[in-house]
Amino acid sequence: MPNAQDSDTPLLDQLEEGPWPSFVTEIKRSAEKTEAAKDLLRQLERSYNDRIGHWKHGGIVGVKGYGGGVIGRYTDLPEEFPGVAEFHTLRVNMPAGWFYTSDKLRQLCDVWDKHGSGLTNMHGATGDIILLGAPTAALQPCFDDLAEIGFDLGGSGSDMRTPSCCVGPGRCEFACIDTLDLLHSITLEFQDELHRPMFPYKSKIKISGCPNDCVASVARSDFSIVGTWRDNIRINPDEVANYANSDLDIQAEVVNLCPTHCMSWDPAAKNLTIDDAECNRCMHCINVMPKALRVGKEKGATFLVGGKAPIVHGALLSWVIVPFMKVEPPYDEIKDLVRRIWEWWDENGRMRERLGELINRLGMRAFLKAVDLPPVPQMIRAPRANPYYFWDPEEVK
Amino acid sequence: MASRTDFGPPNYKEMLPPVIEKNYGQWLYHERVKPGVLKHVAESGDELYTVRVGSSRLVSTDWIRDVCAIADEFCGGHLRFTSRHNLEFLVSDPAKVEPLIAHLKANGFAVGGTGHAISNPVHTQGWIHCHTPATDASGIVKAVMDDLYEYFVDMKLPAYCRISLACCLNMCGAVHCSDVAILGIHRKPPHINHDIVRAKCEIPNVIAACPTGAIRPDPKNKTLTVNEEKCMYCGNCYTMCPGMPVADPVGDGVSIWVGGKISSARTPPKFSRLVIPFLPNNPPRWPEVTDAVRNIVETWASHAHKHERMGEWIDRIGWERFFTLANIPFSVQLIDDFTLASDTYRSTPTFKW
Repeated sequence: MPNAQDSDTPLLDQLEEGPWPSFVTEIKRSAEKTEAAKDLLRQLERSYNDRIGHWKHGGIVGVKGYGGGVIGRYTDLPEEFPGVAEFHTLRVNMPAGWFYTSDKLRQLCDVWDKHGSGLTNMHGATGDIILLGAPTAALQPCFDDLAEIGFDLGGSGSDMRTPSCCVGPGRCEFACIDTLDLLHSITLEFQDELHRPMFPYKSKIKISGCPNDCVASVARSDFSIVGTWRDNIRINPDEVANYANSDLDIQAEVVNLCPTHCMSWDPAAKNLTIDDAECNRCMHCINVMPKALRVGKEKGATFLVGGKAPIVHGALLSWVIVPFMKVEPPYDEIKDLVRRIWEWWDENGRMRERLGELINRLGMRAFLKAVDLPPVPQMIRAPRANPYYFWDPEEVK
Repeated sequence: MASRTDFGPPNYKEMLPPVIEKNYGQWLYHERVKPGVLKHVAESGDELYTVRVGSSRLVSTDWIRDVCAIADEFCGGHLRFTSRHNLEFLVSDPAKVEPLIAHLKANGFAVGGTGHAISNPVHTQGWIHCHTPATDASGIVKAVMDDLYEYFVDMKLPAYCRISLACCLNMCGAVHCSDVAILGIHRKPPHINHDIVRAKCEIPNVIAACPTGAIRPDPKNKTLTVNEEKCMYCGNCYTMCPGMPVADPVGDGVSIWVGGKISSARTPPKFSRLVIPFLPNNPPRWPEVTDAVRNIVETWASHAHKHERMGEWIDRIGWERFFTLANIPFSVQLIDDFTLASDTYRSTPTFKW
């Protein structure tokens, strides 16, 4: 670390200390090569002094043929920090599950070193590779070079945002659906919706292989596809006995924490039994005893809709609309359902109204009718507690 | 020549290591070998070791080249990232696991983030690259994780603990369902520049963007007005209209939310709840924030049962007990008054002192 009096960035320099990896060190590495990264660091130091951001509002930039995928960003202090006068972001669609070969990543670095600041996010919160900081004139050449190495842009604005999924069958025994293949197939199916904003607001799709939901689909996406199963948890009695002989307390840590009390444990016989009809497939027992317990064989997904962060009318967690569906290539049932829902949302949604907010405004009843889904008790936590309900006149004859 | 478009991302199938190609969908079980190391075993008997390291999320191409070189040396050139910005080295030769870990530690990588640990905080851009932030993101995360590093590199907590940070209410990250959420907030209404509003803004869209109906048209002057008593500073109007900035060095800061979760294990997903309505922006190390987060994490860790997430622990003991145990003052901002607020009010005389 340089002496405080020699440094342009004495506040940020303090964030190079400590055991956690330092983003300041990363900016400095790029600052050795690009003026953009150098001025980014200086502007950030200015923000640390001023306690306020120094990026201007918006500005529309892009590449030919697309309406999204690039976020315009300009400093509000261009004379002081000319290197970030234009410092736009490219969102680059990652491979499913964020798997890479080193060769592919080096190709990406070559393109970004040629056109941009050298700084990236691996990855952005939605899942894209974020290429952070390029001037307007570099955007099209950068995209053309990305296309040469097989990287396309992700979503931004009022479009389908880049869908994401968990590691799934690539490395996880809990995966009840092929999250990676479904994600890749959906992403290719909806390229137009991804690249050309045409909706009332953003629309997100996330896919998790089991109810552990490692990509936070229920919290973060308008369409949450979560793997589950319908038959019985598979028990390996020998491995149950091995766990019993380890330091795991099966009664306390597994049976007592089962939310449906559908398990019982006989310590003398080392026998674990599950009343599968009463199991709600929460994953706890399987998480704790993965060698002994496995998800069932009749696998599929629960389909939920409406999850979102607060803007505009408050955060929502997704709601079950299809308790169980098979998930098999070419995934037509899922794609058709997504299309039907988009159509209803597009027709009825107001500017900046997410799907969940529209369902809240027009009612689940209207939504289910429009997308032709039957009401089932798995959709709700409890029936209504008020007497304010409607009848279709056709039903009252 | 027209550019090629709509060809989609690289095919993941071309990115998978041979052991995954061979055992795709045929994994049998996994073990948490030690902090930062997972072992997955396939039905074929093949083993795959994962060594997980934290990253700063904001990384240079130099860093990417560094980790690629490590992947070449130890993993046949295969690596992946997680949904929480961790990097995972995928090792199919067990003999290479310990040399890889030694190499990573010698080069300053943080090996950990598995099991009952604090994993890498999901976070946003902050002052580095966002136009609506109320705080920085990377700086607070760095300060918090320097402070809580011991909980990343070990598995000594009662359960998973997910910390997330969003630098404004847009929440580009699942902070609203985190065990501990750090959220940038504004505390002053927008400062209207009527010339910019007239020149650049679609007034009906700005009005529609206000969750509390605080914005009214002013047709005579071709601009709009804000009823400041109704404004709760979400900043959504500024997203729609550059003439309504809300950022302010004194007004802006950080709020702390606790008890959310995403997984359905044991209990359904839950929202995080507000427990500290404001802490000041105090860069570069935000000591008020790091102290608050450590206090909450350690109060939970010393009281919760095994496997009990922050929110599950609080559901068991009650919020009133949480505030006394954590020694956090209660304030009126913590009582909801937005839509569905009364769902959070208590309707029984059964509670604790």
